[in-house]
Amino acid sequence: MTNTLHRFGDAKSFHDDFIVFAMASKGAFKQPNPLPALKRFLQIALEYKPVNLGDPRNGGAFRSSKSMNPMAHWTRDNSPNFQAVIDGLTEVTTCAAVFDNQQAAEQFLARVRQEDFGLSVNISTSVQGAEDCCHFANIPRHSVGYSLGFEGKTENMPNRQVAMLSTMCGHGMISHSLAKKMIDFVKENRRTPEQAAAVMSRFCSCGVFNPARARRILEEARTNTKAR
Amino acid sequence: MRINPNKCVACGNCTYVCPMGAIYIDPSLKRATINHDECVECYACFNGLSQEHLPPTLVRAARKVLASLRIRFDPEPDVCPTAAFEPDQLAWPRVVRRAFSDPRVPHESTGIDGRGTEEVKTNDVTGRVGPNEVGFTIELGRPGVGARFYEIQEMSRALARAGVSFEKRNPVTTLMSDVSTGTIREDILNEKVLSAILEIKVPVERVEEIIGIVKDVGRGLDNVVTIGAGVRCDAQGNDHLVGPIFERLGYKLERAKTNAGLGKRYEPVTTMVNS
Repeated sequence: MTNTLHRFGDAKSFHDDFIVFAMASKGAFKQPNPLPALKRFLQIALEYKPVNLGDPRNGGAFRSSKSMNPMAHWTRDNSPNFQAVIDGLTEVTTCAAVFDNQQAAEQFLARVRQEDFGLSVNISTSVQGAEDCCHFANIPRHSVGYSLGFEGKTENMPNRQVAMLSTMCGHGMISHSLAKKMIDFVKENRRTPEQAAAVMSRFCSCGVFNPARARRILEEARTNTKAR
Repeated sequence: MRINPNKCVACGNCTYVCPMGAIYIDPSLKRATINHDECVECYACFNGLSQEHLPPTLVRAARKVLASLRIRFDPEPDVCPTAAFEPDQLAWPRVVRRAFSDPRVPHESTGIDGRGTEEVKTNDVTGRVGPNEVGFTIELGRPGVGARFYEIQEMSRALARAGVSFEKRNPVTTLMSDVSTGTIREDILNEKVLSAILEIKVPVERVEEIIGIVKDVGRGLDNVVTIGAGVRCDAQGNDHLVGPIFERLGYKLERAKTNAGLGKRYEPVTTMVNS
């Protein structure tokens, strides 16, 4: 997904950011119904302890509520609901699993290869990180989509830490203002990094936001240490 | 999108979550208000904010008392306490805004969610980008800037003048009234979207020329241009051809999406439009 490609940061800052996603080519090719394979893709991802799962039609493992109880302010559940993602998948779309360590991504990719879904599977992370994952799974890379970064009037962009947070939803659903507000909330000790990361996660419509990387960035922003 | 003034309590939570910064509290109305010219119908407010269904009158009274005592009200930052957001029925051409901005809505032209493109994500199946070719994605509006189609047209026309082919299965291409000149239909030129992607494919020898064109046009726009470049690896999974060109041009290749080649081919069709 282009929405995972242009994350702000250098290669080292992606050491805890690995997105493996599966999709079936639309329209150009007739193929068997890929829905069961997509669902299985999500199910086996759980065995490798993802930090997020999702699809763009239904959302990620962190979701907003259309009927929130006012008492929930004090007892809000900030944990991911992976089963909701798997159960909610009823249409063919792109499915993604987010991992916070390379080992899990490598092992998951190797397992996906064994399962032989016939789906297109991509890894979005640093160039080297993805190459290492493919090497581990004994898969020669088929194609690579490089991010060449941002051109034009880049003064329109926010500061580094805000950009690192907000670009983790490449669809732009996490506003710069919200990312800045969450950094401020953490700095003021009004919210923990876990709570602030969960707030942002709920805005990411396809579940590719990485709450583990967000927590690290927020913690580093709290003391203004350099986010990697 | 609209905000029901009878429900809104002007808590201000929504002003932070709008990716375009299009929501503000109107000081005379004392209600959250949307600048509809800037709103891209992304539904981040409606989909992202959790909704409570508290009585607006009670919430306004409580907020008034607390404010008079200078007590800081500290609600959850991602909640609309009175469920005041109400989606509008969108008509043409405004519906284009949502198609390009709300990732939950698939593009009718391609059936694909998000920005509506497959690029090299399915290259193992489509063969869209072959050996010695580079598939560029040139995106305007990201991150969190937004783009009008007249800006996108400046880029598409410049690329068309260079004689490139636009990807047929791309939502922007389907909105061109003349693909050979990169002209986008006039009735949507002022529509604003979160971002939109132009897709082209060129031989490797033209990489430097295309980068030059994109940079030149980008300098003249009040916008951010994000470039992606898809390449086909060799049989061993290496790219010894295109990556080194980008590095020679000064790019640090930090991040990529890598197609693992596990997709299976079925029936091929042609996907490019020649300009």
